[in-house]
Amino acid sequence: MTDTITVDDSLGEKIEGGTCAPEECKKIVMDGLWHNNPGLVQLLGLCPLLAVTGNFINGLGLGIATIITLTASNTIISFTRNWVRKEIRIPYYVLVIASIVTVIDLSMNAFSPELHSVLGIFIPLIVTNCVIIGRAEAFASRNKIPRAALDGFMMGLGFTLVLVALGGMREFIGNGTLFSDAAVMFGSQASNWTIRFFDNYQGLLLAILPPGAFLGMGFLIAMKNVVDKKLKK
Amino acid sequence: MKFKTDTSPFFGSNSNVSRVMLQVILALIPGTLMMFYIYGWGILINVVVAIVFAVALETLALIIRKRPILPFLYDLSAIVTAWLLALSLPPLMPWWILLIGIFFAIIIAKHLYGGLGYNPFNPAMIGFAVLIVSFPFEMSQWIQNGQLGSTLPSLIESLNMVFSSVATPDWDAITMATPLDEVKTGLRAGTAYAEIAQQKQFSLTSWIYISVAFAIGGAWLLYKKIIHWQIPASMIGTLAIFSGIMYLYSPETFASPLLHIFGGATVLGAFFIATDPVSASTTPTGKLIYGASIGFFIYVIRVWGNYPDAIAFAVLIMNMAVPLIDYYTQPRVYGHRSSTLPSKKIEGKKS
Repeated sequence: MTDTITVDDSLGEKIEGGTCAPEECKKIVMDGLWHNNPGLVQLLGLCPLLAVTGNFINGLGLGIATIITLTASNTIISFTRNWVRKEIRIPYYVLVIASIVTVIDLSMNAFSPELHSVLGIFIPLIVTNCVIIGRAEAFASRNKIPRAALDGFMMGLGFTLVLVALGGMREFIGNGTLFSDAAVMFGSQASNWTIRFFDNYQGLLLAILPPGAFLGMGFLIAMKNVVDKKLKK
Repeated sequence: MKFKTDTSPFFGSNSNVSRVMLQVILALIPGTLMMFYIYGWGILINVVVAIVFAVALETLALIIRKRPILPFLYDLSAIVTAWLLALSLPPLMPWWILLIGIFFAIIIAKHLYGGLGYNPFNPAMIGFAVLIVSFPFEMSQWIQNGQLGSTLPSLIESLNMVFSSVATPDWDAITMATPLDEVKTGLRAGTAYAEIAQQKQFSLTSWIYISVAFAIGGAWLLYKKIIHWQIPASMIGTLAIFSGIMYLYSPETFASPLLHIFGGATVLGAFFIATDPVSASTTPTGKLIYGASIGFFIYVIRVWGNYPDAIAFAVLIMNMAVPLIDYYTQPRVYGHRSSTLPSKKIEGKKS
């Protein structure tokens, strides 16, 4: 389940800096959302990314859980960065992340058991999601708290956007709907949020099945590369 | 006096892609005609519609990729892909299912990988796999064949069924399962194989005709040296051995080798699909391993898998293994003692 961690982050090299200068903030935001997007560029955390994006709401649920975990873990690790010896940093990161994920897992089980049962094993597995430990090592352990927190949030948001885009795409092609099962997350008033695009749509089962996740992911990465190429010109 | 000096190779064959593809198309004709005789217009409509879509999508892909259009269309490979895909689908497929299958075959499996010659997977089988995964119901609806006494739909009726979007015919009344499907459901329900083979609906005989017709085309390809004997022989041989062993072990619960070889698309697959020059293994030993593994996987997937036939999945699995097989089975270079594996060369350099 653990992907290899590739650290390619120029910001990580800067050890100390101001709290968050506007330009740096902008760079952190743009890196998280686009240039160094965890899903599309770093290709980290592919396992949950491919596994739970059967529809829009599942993607959103896992995305929000990831945002909370990333922001919290980055903040705590940045806060304690001067007191943790280098030799034990990795077990320390894992402990911090595991504690946060346990909290999220239990609260989700308490407040939204349906969503918890849908996402199932993938909530505890956030612990092994390489985006989180990757950001802890590459960024949070070298930057002050505000920047680390912002980076965590933005990386999480970028990951969520990919989850939601892929989930929406697969749901639309596979079922012809969007926002089905919204009630699982937003309560019973959301039960009529489902948008049905075609009256008599049979659905392309492939998109919902695992191969559809790989194909859709490939197309998303290709689209990002096309946009980047157009922007360069 | 000056002599004309040539460089090697001194013997050339004037074969090129379009000649090879033309031979394949010729070889497909007997099998196609036999299927037409047994299943009626649905087969021909499938083939024609698939070819139209394939040529249109190929042209579109070439325009988008800014490649010359006519030279690539003349290589006829899109037509062969479409034809093979159409033959492996049940007759009277709705046109939009054909379009989806051809789209995945031509655009995704071929052009996204860089066009003909760069595709690691057999395009027609990618199209088939997408369809069987996405439309399991439609993909198992074979119409009742004329051999069993029912009347086949006429040309006009067939066209109506293929192109109408609303008036879906009453499939249950006019369709039946293929022998493979029939046997699989029967065996799972606990019926003995011999009993299933006695049923009125069981249409193995007509599939034997079809398989023999395809084998005639395959023999033509062998004679023309378009394909080599290794892949068909090892594929059918392995399938026969495995199904034979299991049948001898328990003739009640396992189907006979006869059904496995003639009852589905085995012969079509052995001569036309597994031998695809781009995605198949290229070395003589490699071809034997490749074909034998396909035969093995066909048996395993047919007997213990959930889908009616297994040619597509077996071929696709082995397509993935082709680079590895080719790497380890390179023939001895003339004049050298042992095979020259690239890995050995690298090791030599290091020391």
